[in-house]
Amino acid sequence: MSLHQRRHVLRRLAAACGLVAAGALAPAAFAQQTLNIVTSFPKDLTAIYKKAFEARNPGVTVEILSRGTSAAIAYVREQPANNRPDVFWASAPDAFEVLAKENLLEKFNGANPKVPAKIGSYPINDPEGYYYGQALAGYGLMWNTRYMKAHKVPEPKEWADLVKPVYFSHVAISSPSRSGTTHLTVETILQGEGWEKGWNQLLQIMGNTAAITERSFGVPDGVNNGQFGIGIVIDFFGLSAQASGFPIGFAYPSVTAIVPANIGLIAGGKNSALGKKFIAFALSEDGQKLLFEPKISRLPVLPNMYASAPKGYPNPYGGKIQAKVKFDSNLSRSRYYVVNSLFDHTVTFRHKELTAATKAIHEAAEKLAKKPNVRGKQLLEEAREYAYKTPVSAEKVADKEFLALYTATKRSALKTKEITALEEYWGREALKNYARAEDLAKQAAALAK
Amino acid sequence: MPTRFPPAPTAVALLIAAFLLAFLVIPVATVVYVAFADGAGGFTLSHFQSFFGISLMRESFWNSLYVAGMSVVFATLIAVPLAYFTVRFQFRGAILIQTLGILPLIMPPFVGAVAMQLIFGRSGSVNLLLNDWFGVTVPIMDGLNGVIFVEAIHYFPFILMNMIVSLNNIDSSMEESAQNLGAFGLRLFRRIVFPLAMPGFVAGAALVFIKVFDDLGTPLVLHQTNLLAPQAFLRITSIGIEDPIGYVASVIMVAFSLFALWASAWFMRGKEYATMQRGYSGLARRRLTPGQSVLAYGWIVLVLLLVLAPHIGILLLSFGKVWSFSVLPDSFTLEHFISVVKDSPRMIWNTILYCGIAAALDVVIGTAIAYLILRTRVPGVRVLDFTATAALAIPGVVLAIGYLRTFRGWELPFADELFTSSWILIVIAYTVRRLPYALRSCTAALQQMHVSLEEAGENLGANKARTIRRIVVPLMIGGIMAGFVTSFMTAAVELSATIMLVTAQQDAPMSYGIYLFMQSAAGRGPGAALGVLAVVIVAIGTYVSHRIITSRSQVSQAHVVQNIGV
Repeated sequence: MSLHQRRHVLRRLAAACGLVAAGALAPAAFAQQTLNIVTSFPKDLTAIYKKAFEARNPGVTVEILSRGTSAAIAYVREQPANNRPDVFWASAPDAFEVLAKENLLEKFNGANPKVPAKIGSYPINDPEGYYYGQALAGYGLMWNTRYMKAHKVPEPKEWADLVKPVYFSHVAISSPSRSGTTHLTVETILQGEGWEKGWNQLLQIMGNTAAITERSFGVPDGVNNGQFGIGIVIDFFGLSAQASGFPIGFAYPSVTAIVPANIGLIAGGKNSALGKKFIAFALSEDGQKLLFEPKISRLPVLPNMYASAPKGYPNPYGGKIQAKVKFDSNLSRSRYYVVNSLFDHTVTFRHKELTAATKAIHEAAEKLAKKPNVRGKQLLEEAREYAYKTPVSAEKVADKEFLALYTATKRSALKTKEITALEEYWGREALKNYARAEDLAKQAAALAK
Repeated sequence: MPTRFPPAPTAVALLIAAFLLAFLVIPVATVVYVAFADGAGGFTLSHFQSFFGISLMRESFWNSLYVAGMSVVFATLIAVPLAYFTVRFQFRGAILIQTLGILPLIMPPFVGAVAMQLIFGRSGSVNLLLNDWFGVTVPIMDGLNGVIFVEAIHYFPFILMNMIVSLNNIDSSMEESAQNLGAFGLRLFRRIVFPLAMPGFVAGAALVFIKVFDDLGTPLVLHQTNLLAPQAFLRITSIGIEDPIGYVASVIMVAFSLFALWASAWFMRGKEYATMQRGYSGLARRRLTPGQSVLAYGWIVLVLLLVLAPHIGILLLSFGKVWSFSVLPDSFTLEHFISVVKDSPRMIWNTILYCGIAAALDVVIGTAIAYLILRTRVPGVRVLDFTATAALAIPGVVLAIGYLRTFRGWELPFADELFTSSWILIVIAYTVRRLPYALRSCTAALQQMHVSLEEAGENLGANKARTIRRIVVPLMIGGIMAGFVTSFMTAAVELSATIMLVTAQQDAPMSYGIYLFMQSAAGRGPGAALGVLAVVIVAIGTYVSHRIITSRSQVSQAHVVQNIGV
């Protein structure tokens, strides 16, 4: 390249840089009204709502801040007032309780009068008026029909089914600390069966899992592409997968709760007026109708929408979905972080040991069924006791002082130490128990000769 | 009269120093500070004690070392035979090996990871076939194995190309003397050839180790969070920016990365690798026996298939309608590409914008530093060079945490927005992280330009500024363009810092977009389509960079590969 040509290239480069800079600044010049929504909902849903709202409100840009539920709470908490997003939109009502308690939500009169006060015995809107139910969701089981056929696994109907040996290593779930919906599912089981029986059942189911995924979507994703057979999921994951053409089956067990997904106005948002408008839209007939979109597949809170619902669409007001559990979200809020931490330290991080113990228990049970042995049965019962022991007693978890340990926001070095010591203790105990259980189960199996 | 501190160069040096200080040194120092601060202004090791007291953190620490180490091992296993074949034998497949040296690097590992899950996963294509035919399955994507597998296949070219360069530089007289003394075959390889190839191997291995150790995107996509980088990310985002454990994890990552860099430099310092004669260099080439031919080609084909797997997988996923528990997708469609181009052109524009600005800044700063070092005597410029290069050892997630902490609460002057929420911070992160590559290109380009050309200009009356503008820069344009393209390409697929710094979806570049798309059932097709587009952009850039470099100078292909490092 001659010197002249090189200078030519340079001039072109400079012009290009100038254009780029202009392009970068241009949007700032035509500043529009911006609405910021922080949400844990997937792009499929937010894109549809964004388009619809922007179409109805020219001059408005909707910006979506995508965060998992816990990360979204942390995000809102860390922004200074007047620089916060405007709307918080997530599935888990207890997340909203956490925010309301920290005065991060703003009360305003935005309820849609056509929305009933309760679903079953659960209030749809916050009685204090800080947030509103925008869609309804139940929790259930989704499965991959091809996988089930290939592995000859029967379709499950209840949570309790999942403790059976036939489901070993075919189940997937996410962790309550990283998924608001999983947290709700775990709380539903705990409240439905009682703390101690609930943990017992939960640990047995977890022993049958193949993986604890990082985000709630990892579960339906894995079931969709056939990696896992059964996923414990919120209903729209199963329904939207079916609608997208995946070979999926879905069912609501009877120990389920129908709980609203909520929307609330954040206190100190940059554009609260727009936030209120969006909330009104989401609660209106137009906004509710969007929930029927196949990629979204959620249940509207407006009862009259179901007259025009697609065929076979679940109707929570129709009485077909038995929701036996009366969900207490105050209770859930009070032990939010404890449940997260307990689950992680006894299940998520000890997954290998828990599943190994469960495998040994299933094998021993199978052998003993063929060749019964009294001592073997005793050992097996002991093994089950060790493996599925409740990590923290019901009294302790109701103790206010114990719960207070987890609720402070600023972690001093001392508090961090206390908490980590406690978590460490849980983890070690769990490890010990699972190892012991595995050992006992193997002994029991050896006796079945 | 030349002074010790000529005004113009000194001003430039100070400007660059200020930039590096503000956006590299201080954020990283902040992270280190918080890890050791007790909240009242004093020094404490209690956070480190807490960290090692949490079994999850201990596990994550060992897992990270294990994954990085095993990735190096497997990358070595793949790369060393290939390097040896290329160099030792007269080989018509040499072009294949060169392709193998580039192909894995044009797809970022987190994009390929999703596809690898579908091909090698529990119910992936390979295992379904194996189960049907032989009744066995291979848990190659289970748990940490999946991360090691994906990373090794992606990063082995670093070791491959560096070894080829080293092997090619071995003086043939070394080999001849050894053979004269009776060493042949494996002994010759083990005691003469491999040790002489050590510099290349160690350089490549250290780089692979650092990159795998610091990688955030791949573990997240594969749902493996018991590693240092994901733990740091999760703790800071879910528990809060105050959480000290996340900072401890960050400090450990930085420490190990710096250690790996230092170890590779130290390892090579003590060895004497200079060769005596400038005659024929490189090992003697032999012909392949038929048996050896089969082995060699067989190995190459196997590696080629492995390397192509993520590419094929992503292609199938982007065109497939439903891919569930089957060897191939059920049916094919163009709708994913259409929807991506229709609904997400903004992401593509964002990538072009951010990476363009970052790459432009990189070459400007890179040229300036190179000129300061090679042409001026401003004291202290070596420090600038060192600092800019040290950015290689700073993981993206750590830099992002540093930014979020240091600039917390700052507002942008003319916009009603927080600095930490704005896209400008993303651009700065890219600039800082990709600066080492641009710096290397610009330095190489300037080194090859003789100073007499500038002196001639000055003799004819041009002042310094004019000389730089009209002689130096135009002559360097090859290196500058190569540096620009390299910076641009590697920034386009960066995910670690991006995940932490992107707030609004509007501001998301393609890499974040792919991550976001992969979060929903209907989004995997579009996500894969976006991934294909990203790979195409990177491939074009690689090709362009390759043409520019190899046509302008004798800089070897190894430098091209080193510069592409994701």
